[in-house]
Amino acid sequence: MRNYPADEASREEVAIQASGDVVKARQTVRLLAQQAGLSLVNQTKLVTAASELGRNTLIYGGGGTAQAAIVRDVARVGVWVRFADTGPGIPDTELALTDGWTSGSGMGLGLSGARRLVDEFELDSTPGVGTTVTVLKWAR
Amino acid sequence: MSDRVPVLKIGDILLVSIQIDLEDQMVLDLQDDLSQQIVATSARGVVIDISALEIVDSFVGRMLATTAAISRVLGAETVVVGMRPAVAMTLVELGLSLGGVRTALNLELGLGYLRRAQVSPPASP
Repeated sequence: MRNYPADEASREEVAIQASGDVVKARQTVRLLAQQAGLSLVNQTKLVTAASELGRNTLIYGGGGTAQAAIVRDVARVGVWVRFADTGPGIPDTELALTDGWTSGSGMGLGLSGARRLVDEFELDSTPGVGTTVTVLKWAR
Repeated sequence: MSDRVPVLKIGDILLVSIQIDLEDQMVLDLQDDLSQQIVATSARGVVIDISALEIVDSFVGRMLATTAAISRVLGAETVVVGMRPAVAMTLVELGLSLGGVRTALNLELGLGYLRRAQVSPPASP
Protein backbone atom coordinates (compact mmCIF):
# COMPACT_ATOMS: atom_id res chain seq x y z
CA MET A 1 0.00 0.00 0.00
CA ARG A 2 1.28 3.48 -0.82
CA ASN A 3 2.16 5.77 2.03
CA TYR A 4 -0.54 8.42 1.86
CA PRO A 5 -0.06 11.64 3.87
CA ALA A 6 -2.14 11.61 7.06
CA ASP A 7 -3.87 14.50 8.80
CA GLU A 8 -1.75 14.33 11.93
CA ALA A 9 -4.46 15.99 14.02
CA SER A 10 -6.83 13.14 13.21
CA ARG A 11 -4.46 10.35 14.26
CA GLU A 12 -5.83 8.04 16.96
CA GLU A 13 -4.45 5.02 18.74
CA VAL A 14 -6.39 2.46 20.77
CA ALA A 15 -4.74 -0.30 22.79
CA ILE A 16 -6.51 -3.62 22.23
CA GLN A 17 -6.29 -5.75 25.35
CA ALA A 18 -9.92 -6.70 26.05
CA SER A 19 -13.12 -7.08 24.06
CA GLY A 20 -14.29 -3.63 25.21
CA ASP A 21 -11.27 -2.20 23.38
CA VAL A 22 -12.54 -3.67 20.10
CA VAL A 23 -15.74 -1.67 20.66
CA LYS A 24 -13.60 1.44 21.32
CA ALA A 25 -11.60 0.85 18.13
CA ARG A 26 -14.85 0.50 16.14
CA GLN A 27 -16.16 3.78 17.56
CA THR A 28 -12.88 5.57 16.80
CA VAL A 29 -12.94 4.35 13.20
CA ARG A 30 -16.62 5.30 12.86
CA LEU A 31 -15.88 8.89 13.99
CA LEU A 32 -13.00 9.29 11.54
CA ALA A 33 -15.08 7.81 8.72
CA GLN A 34 -17.81 10.36 9.43
CA GLN A 35 -15.27 13.20 9.55
CA ALA A 36 -13.72 12.06 6.28
CA GLY A 37 -17.14 12.14 4.64
CA LEU A 38 -17.50 8.44 3.83
CA SER A 39 -21.02 7.45 2.79
CA LEU A 40 -23.07 5.52 5.32
CA VAL A 41 -22.52 2.26 3.45
CA ASN A 42 -18.78 2.83 3.27
CA GLN A 43 -18.66 3.78 6.96
CA THR A 44 -20.47 0.55 7.76
CA LYS A 45 -18.11 -1.51 5.61
CA LEU A 46 -14.98 0.04 7.14
CA VAL A 47 -16.24 -0.26 10.73
CA THR A 48 -17.24 -3.89 10.12
CA ALA A 49 -13.78 -4.64 8.69
CA ALA A 50 -12.23 -2.93 11.73
CA SER A 51 -14.35 -5.08 14.01
CA GLU A 52 -13.16 -8.29 12.33
CA LEU A 53 -9.52 -7.21 12.39
CA GLY A 54 -9.69 -5.91 15.95
CA ARG A 55 -11.07 -9.23 17.13
CA ASN A 56 -8.24 -11.06 15.34
CA THR A 57 -5.68 -8.79 17.05
CA LEU A 58 -7.20 -9.63 20.42
CA ILE A 59 -7.89 -13.33 20.00
CA TYR A 60 -5.15 -14.58 17.69
CA GLY A 61 -2.54 -11.88 18.31
CA GLY A 62 -3.00 -11.81 22.08
CA GLY A 63 -3.68 -8.06 21.99
CA GLY A 64 -2.00 -5.14 20.29
CA THR A 65 -2.88 -1.72 18.97
CA ALA A 66 -5.20 -0.09 16.47
CA GLN A 67 -4.10 3.12 14.78
CA ALA A 68 -6.32 5.19 12.54
CA ALA A 69 -6.07 8.47 10.65
CA ILE A 70 -7.64 10.45 7.87
CA VAL A 71 -5.38 10.35 4.78
CA ARG A 72 -5.33 12.30 1.54
CA ASP A 73 -4.31 11.55 -2.02
CA VAL A 74 -4.61 14.37 -4.55
CA ALA A 75 -8.40 14.91 -4.59
CA ARG A 76 -9.37 11.90 -2.45
CA VAL A 77 -9.93 11.64 1.29
CA GLY A 78 -9.99 8.33 3.09
CA VAL A 79 -9.54 6.57 6.39
CA TRP A 80 -6.49 4.46 7.10
CA VAL A 81 -6.53 1.86 9.89
CA ARG A 82 -3.73 -0.40 11.07
CA PHE A 83 -3.96 -3.28 13.53
CA ALA A 84 -0.68 -4.58 14.91
CA ASP A 85 0.10 -7.39 17.33
CA THR A 86 3.20 -9.22 18.50
CA GLY A 87 1.50 -12.60 18.52
CA PRO A 88 2.49 -15.90 16.92
CA GLY A 89 2.06 -14.60 13.35
CA ILE A 90 0.51 -16.34 10.36
CA PRO A 91 2.71 -18.93 8.61
CA ASP A 92 0.87 -18.84 5.28
CA THR A 93 -0.75 -15.47 4.59
CA GLU A 94 -2.08 -16.58 1.17
CA LEU A 95 -3.98 -19.40 2.83
CA ALA A 96 -5.15 -17.14 5.66
CA LEU A 97 -6.88 -14.91 3.12
CA THR A 98 -8.98 -17.77 1.77
CA ASP A 99 -12.66 -17.81 2.72
CA GLY A 100 -13.27 -20.45 5.35
CA TRP A 101 -9.71 -20.76 6.57
CA THR A 102 -9.48 -20.46 10.33
CA SER A 103 -6.96 -21.35 12.98
CA GLY A 104 -9.50 -20.92 15.73
CA SER A 105 -13.18 -21.38 16.31
CA GLY A 106 -14.41 -18.67 13.94
CA MET A 107 -15.96 -19.07 10.53
CA GLY A 108 -12.90 -17.96 8.66
CA LEU A 109 -14.53 -14.86 7.23
CA GLY A 110 -12.64 -12.27 9.28
CA LEU A 111 -9.55 -11.63 7.16
CA SER A 112 -10.96 -12.50 3.74
CA GLY A 113 -14.24 -10.69 4.46
CA ALA A 114 -12.47 -7.60 5.79
CA ARG A 115 -10.39 -7.47 2.60
CA ARG A 116 -13.55 -7.39 0.47
CA LEU A 117 -14.99 -4.53 2.53
CA VAL A 118 -12.14 -2.07 2.02
CA ASP A 119 -10.41 -0.44 -0.97
CA GLU A 120 -6.84 -1.23 0.01
CA PHE A 121 -5.60 -4.06 2.18
CA GLU A 122 -2.18 -5.19 3.31
CA LEU A 123 -1.30 -8.15 5.50
CA ASP A 124 2.23 -8.50 6.89
CA SER A 125 3.01 -11.34 9.18
CA THR A 126 6.17 -12.99 10.45
CA PRO A 127 5.87 -16.17 12.50
CA GLY A 128 7.12 -15.52 16.01
CA VAL A 129 7.19 -11.74 15.50
CA GLY A 130 3.62 -10.62 14.88
CA THR A 131 1.01 -9.53 12.42
CA THR A 132 0.11 -6.14 10.98
CA VAL A 133 -2.99 -5.57 8.88
CA THR A 134 -3.50 -2.20 7.21
CA VAL A 135 -6.70 -1.16 5.47
CA LEU A 136 -7.91 1.95 3.70
CA LYS A 137 -11.32 3.10 2.56
CA TRP A 138 -11.77 6.15 0.33
CA ALA A 139 -14.72 8.50 0.41
CA ARG A 140 -16.58 8.55 -2.89
CA MET B 1 -18.69 -6.77 32.37
CA SER B 2 -22.17 -7.43 33.74
CA ASP B 3 -24.23 -5.65 31.07
CA ARG B 4 -26.80 -7.96 29.58
CA VAL B 5 -29.33 -7.45 26.85
CA PRO B 6 -32.84 -7.78 28.33
CA VAL B 7 -35.10 -10.58 27.09
CA LEU B 8 -38.78 -9.56 27.28
CA LYS B 9 -41.73 -11.95 27.22
CA ILE B 10 -44.97 -11.03 25.45
CA GLY B 11 -47.41 -13.92 25.43
CA ASP B 12 -45.50 -16.86 23.99
CA ILE B 13 -42.99 -14.67 22.21
CA LEU B 14 -39.61 -13.50 23.50
CA LEU B 15 -38.50 -10.07 22.34
CA VAL B 16 -34.90 -8.89 22.34
CA SER B 17 -34.05 -5.40 21.22
CA ILE B 18 -30.32 -4.80 20.96
CA GLN B 19 -29.76 -1.12 21.71
CA ILE B 20 -26.03 -0.89 22.35
CA ASP B 21 -22.75 -1.63 20.65
CA LEU B 22 -22.16 -5.23 21.77
CA GLU B 23 -19.00 -6.66 23.18
CA ASP B 24 -18.38 -10.26 22.19
CA GLN B 25 -19.09 -11.55 25.71
CA MET B 26 -22.51 -9.85 25.71
CA VAL B 27 -23.28 -11.57 22.42
CA LEU B 28 -22.48 -14.95 23.96
CA ASP B 29 -24.46 -14.12 27.12
CA LEU B 30 -27.47 -13.18 25.04
CA GLN B 31 -27.36 -16.48 23.18
CA ASP B 32 -27.24 -18.28 26.54
CA ASP B 33 -30.03 -16.22 28.10
CA LEU B 34 -32.30 -16.72 25.11
CA SER B 35 -31.84 -20.49 25.07
CA GLN B 36 -32.63 -20.65 28.82
CA GLN B 37 -35.64 -18.36 28.49
CA ILE B 38 -37.15 -20.32 25.60
CA VAL B 39 -37.24 -23.39 27.79
CA ALA B 40 -38.25 -21.55 30.99
CA THR B 41 -41.18 -19.75 29.32
CA SER B 42 -42.13 -22.38 26.70
CA ALA B 43 -41.85 -19.62 24.11
CA ARG B 44 -42.95 -20.44 20.57
CA GLY B 45 -41.29 -17.48 18.91
CA VAL B 46 -38.26 -15.19 19.28
CA VAL B 47 -37.92 -11.74 17.75
CA ILE B 48 -34.48 -10.13 17.70
CA ASP B 49 -34.63 -6.44 16.84
CA ILE B 50 -31.31 -5.19 15.42
CA SER B 51 -32.58 -1.85 14.09
CA ALA B 52 -30.23 0.04 16.41
CA LEU B 53 -27.15 -1.93 15.36
CA GLU B 54 -24.76 0.07 13.19
CA ILE B 55 -22.80 -3.01 12.21
CA VAL B 56 -23.23 -6.77 12.23
CA ASP B 57 -19.89 -8.48 11.88
CA SER B 58 -19.20 -12.20 11.46
CA PHE B 59 -19.33 -12.78 15.22
CA VAL B 60 -22.78 -11.25 15.68
CA GLY B 61 -23.93 -12.80 12.39
CA ARG B 62 -22.89 -16.20 13.62
CA MET B 63 -24.73 -15.61 16.92
CA LEU B 64 -27.92 -14.81 15.01
CA ALA B 65 -27.60 -17.97 12.91
CA THR B 66 -26.76 -20.14 15.93
CA THR B 67 -29.56 -18.68 18.02
CA ALA B 68 -32.06 -19.35 15.23
CA ALA B 69 -30.84 -22.95 15.01
CA ILE B 70 -30.91 -23.50 18.79
CA SER B 71 -34.38 -22.04 19.18
CA ARG B 72 -35.69 -24.18 16.32
CA VAL B 73 -34.40 -27.27 18.10
CA LEU B 74 -36.18 -26.02 21.23
CA GLY B 75 -39.45 -25.56 19.35
CA ALA B 76 -39.38 -21.80 18.80
CA GLU B 77 -39.13 -19.88 15.54
CA THR B 78 -36.72 -16.90 15.39
CA VAL B 79 -37.19 -13.77 13.32
CA VAL B 80 -34.48 -11.11 13.04
CA VAL B 81 -36.04 -7.72 12.35
CA GLY B 82 -34.98 -4.20 11.44
CA MET B 83 -31.65 -4.76 9.73
CA ARG B 84 -30.41 -1.47 8.25
CA PRO B 85 -29.78 -1.47 4.49
CA ALA B 86 -26.09 -0.58 4.92
CA VAL B 87 -25.71 -3.47 7.35
CA ALA B 88 -27.36 -5.89 4.92
CA MET B 89 -25.07 -4.79 2.07
CA THR B 90 -22.01 -5.15 4.29
CA LEU B 91 -23.01 -8.57 5.64
CA VAL B 92 -23.46 -10.05 2.19
CA GLU B 93 -20.15 -8.62 0.98
CA LEU B 94 -18.48 -9.97 4.11
CA GLY B 95 -19.66 -13.41 3.00
CA LEU B 96 -22.57 -13.98 5.39
CA SER B 97 -26.00 -14.31 3.88
CA LEU B 98 -27.73 -15.62 7.06
CA GLY B 99 -29.33 -18.34 4.96
CA GLY B 100 -30.94 -20.16 7.87
CA VAL B 101 -32.30 -17.05 9.56
CA ARG B 102 -35.82 -15.77 9.00
CA THR B 103 -35.79 -11.98 8.67
CA ALA B 104 -38.44 -9.26 8.44
CA LEU B 105 -38.18 -5.56 7.71
CA ASN B 106 -39.59 -4.44 11.04
CA LEU B 107 -41.01 -5.60 14.34
CA GLU B 108 -44.62 -5.52 13.15
CA LEU B 109 -43.92 -7.73 10.15
CA GLY B 110 -41.82 -10.05 12.28
CA LEU B 111 -44.60 -10.51 14.84
CA GLY B 112 -47.11 -11.00 12.03
CA TYR B 113 -44.97 -13.75 10.56
CA LEU B 114 -44.74 -15.54 13.92
CA ARG B 115 -48.50 -15.36 14.43
CA ARG B 116 -49.15 -16.90 11.02
CA ALA B 117 -46.45 -19.52 11.59
CA GLN B 118 -48.20 -20.58 14.80
CA VAL B 119 -51.60 -20.89 13.15
CA SER B 120 -50.20 -23.08 10.40
CA PRO B 121 -46.87 -24.51 11.46
CA PRO B 122 -44.57 -25.19 8.50
CA ALA B 123 -44.08 -28.85 7.63
CA SER B 124 -40.90 -30.02 9.26
CA PRO B 125 -38.21 -31.04 6.79
